[in-house]
Amino acid sequence: MARVVVDVMLKPEILDPQGQAVQGALARLGFAGVTAVRQGKRFELELAGEASDQQLATAERAAQTLLANPVIEDYRVRVEG
Amino acid sequence: MTDTVEHAAKTPDVEQPWAALGLRGDEYARIRETLGRRPTSCELAIYSVMWSEHCSYKSSKVHLRRFTELPDETPLGKTLAGIGENAGVVDIGQGYAATFKVESHNHPSFVEPYQGAATGVGGIVRDILAMGARPVALLDPLRFGPADAPDTRRVLPGVVAGIAGYGNCLGLPTVGGEVVFDSSYAGNPLVNVLCVGVMRHEDVHRAHASGVGNRVVLYGARTGGDGIGGVSVLASETFGDEGPSKRPSVQVGDPFLEKLLIECTLELFGEGLVAGIQDLGGAGLSCATSELASAGDGGMHITLDRVPLRDASLTPEEILMSESQERMMAVVRPADVERFLAVCAKWDVPATVLGEVTDTGRLVVEWAGEVVVDVPPRTVASEGPVYQRPYARPQAQDALIAAGSDRLPRPAGGAELRETLLRMAAAPNLSAKTWVTEQYDRYVQGSTVLAQPEDAGVIRVDADSGLGVAVATDGNARFVALDPYAGAQLALAEAYRNVAVTGARPLAVTDCLNFGSPEDPGVMWQFAEAVRGLADGCRVLGVPVTGGNVSFYNSTGDTAVLPTPVVGVLGVLDDVRRRTPLGFSRAGAALFQLGETRDELDGSEWANVVHGHLGGVPPRVDLEAERRLAEILVAASGEGLLDAAHDLADGGLAQALVESCLRGGSGARVEVPEGTDPFAFLFAESAARAVVALSPGAEARFSELCAEHDYPVERIGVIADAGPDSRVDPELELRDLFTIPLAELREAHERTLPDLFD
Repeated sequence: MARVVVDVMLKPEILDPQGQAVQGALARLGFAGVTAVRQGKRFELELAGEASDQQLATAERAAQTLLANPVIEDYRVRVEG
Repeated sequence: MTDTVEHAAKTPDVEQPWAALGLRGDEYARIRETLGRRPTSCELAIYSVMWSEHCSYKSSKVHLRRFTELPDETPLGKTLAGIGENAGVVDIGQGYAATFKVESHNHPSFVEPYQGAATGVGGIVRDILAMGARPVALLDPLRFGPADAPDTRRVLPGVVAGIAGYGNCLGLPTVGGEVVFDSSYAGNPLVNVLCVGVMRHEDVHRAHASGVGNRVVLYGARTGGDGIGGVSVLASETFGDEGPSKRPSVQVGDPFLEKLLIECTLELFGEGLVAGIQDLGGAGLSCATSELASAGDGGMHITLDRVPLRDASLTPEEILMSESQERMMAVVRPADVERFLAVCAKWDVPATVLGEVTDTGRLVVEWAGEVVVDVPPRTVASEGPVYQRPYARPQAQDALIAAGSDRLPRPAGGAELRETLLRMAAAPNLSAKTWVTEQYDRYVQGSTVLAQPEDAGVIRVDADSGLGVAVATDGNARFVALDPYAGAQLALAEAYRNVAVTGARPLAVTDCLNFGSPEDPGVMWQFAEAVRGLADGCRVLGVPVTGGNVSFYNSTGDTAVLPTPVVGVLGVLDDVRRRTPLGFSRAGAALFQLGETRDELDGSEWANVVHGHLGGVPPRVDLEAERRLAEILVAASGEGLLDAAHDLADGGLAQALVESCLRGGSGARVEVPEGTDPFAFLFAESAARAVVALSPGAEARFSELCAEHDYPVERIGVIADAGPDSRVDPELELRDLFTIPLAELREAHERTLPDLFD
């Protein structure tokens, strides 16, 4: 059993209204010293067997076509544990 | 290093990437001639984007003149603002004014459907806001590739979710629009959006920067790298490698900030703190500064370093070009600046004084203490290039017209007609659009009187008097392809009629002209003919074109989209309690058809759905008849003669009966008038027609009204069984031909989009 993690973040230049809202809330609630917040998504894919190259390629394809929107988001696929 | 004006003057021979920025050789030469030197990279950026087709209307201007030549009067009097302003404004009576405009966001919506459509909504809302109005409603005319095409599954749900996401968060009801499928839109969907705003007469604002010494304030979102695809050429080619290499061209919207911007701006207006205002849309700061300056005292001086940035690595060229959303620019008297900034702070909207209005006749921009732009603003904004593009009727047009629908096999007998009706009711273009419209909030703000699937959206303006506005958009591109002049008039007639069937008096027109490449003489001919048709049509109907938008270069591969002028008509209802809905609801109500049905099936939905055929000549246009029909419908609604009314257009009477029966949950018993061909009766798409259900005892007066207007009218049947509480299952019956239970009809009509997109 292996776990593949896909992290998805908006590309750095893309506006992140959610992150901005969180940043505003942090300041209002007294969490000082935070200058920027970017919010992303994390997917954990549990694999049936070991993380073979083929499985990773499948996860990569899933990330590219479903989990992330490559027009505005970057993603990273990695094996955990 | 920064390319300053001083540096540019000393280095005339520097190679500049004008071609990569979309400028032509003669345009670049003209810039050099205007300035008497080579432009700086910032100036080149400004000119290239402002002289683009999108901003300069350089191919369409010579034709659009036909609209400005129309009398600037609605049936209620002089327009309060017309073409050239952010949006047109018309008097709707009782001291109120309405402003409305339709725009396109086609290309961004193909690249990134959600954000493209969302930022399209944001842009038009700011146009309406800049006129001084509170935005009150949206309509979304949409065109997609074939409903079952794989890419439509990507584009349509994204676009619809983007409109819903932005509009719903903003608290604006989406009350109308269209969804049309055609293979020509497969690689180039059309995402048009219309916004309506309402204000008091005295609150109308104009876009100009006057009053020397007045401050120029940028307020709203911080500026990031949104929408600056082209200009990155400048950073990479001219300035070596220090700049960021690649910028995204996808703009991302933030509807919650836009909501703050609306409330903040309306308070600024209310406090009298705004001397001039302009929204930032395409071409961002370049457009706002040059347009404000050229419409005012002719000069402006700003310091670009003061622009609040989301991304500190932006170059001055990029800051000038950025299309970051949710930004506005205001001209403010010095004494008001402090209060202006305080109102912005109250709404959590960042605001910065960038500079001031001057009388130098120059737009001057400073960056890092040096002058990087020094240009006459009119040469940027209003005196750009104008082209007389060659246009010619395509040779293939004759063959298209010759291939009429008369040779197509037609259904004969009750069983075949029944089957055809069910098949058409289920076709994507005619099927229920509930899957789309239920994602939109149609009732937020509590002023919606009618919304989709009604013929027009109706919004209450004054709660005491019941004053309201009705707006509809229409455009049948198949007719335009067959005959652009007549097709554009049919679009106008349909939108006009759709407003009138609700009981509203049509007042004014906005249009979004979606066409292929203006460099193709055939496309240019379509465009020129469509504009001529619209202008001539507006003259007959007595309504002005108060604004709109041209979108060229729409094509799938090398094939242009069907020529698609989308026409929006705004009308006024003195009392929305008198509006006429389209649903059949009262059993026993007599059904009448107004207008004349001819054997007109060329370009029809029947030819499209059943035979995949497009050819022949579109239905006959009779705008004089449309005007009389509207007068009858408005008068009948005012006198309380109508229970229901529905315009007849795509799909013909059959489609109207399907929609009105299902909407009201009632059946109908309809009889084909003697001597009429049942097929044409049901499916012909002749214009200037409507079906109405009369109120009890209204028959004599209604007949009289039609006679007064010399209008053909014929009794065609009766509404059968009312509503869900009836014990009989309602049916649509065509006497001696067929009967369809409403349940079967509903299944056919309402399953199509959910089956495709769920």
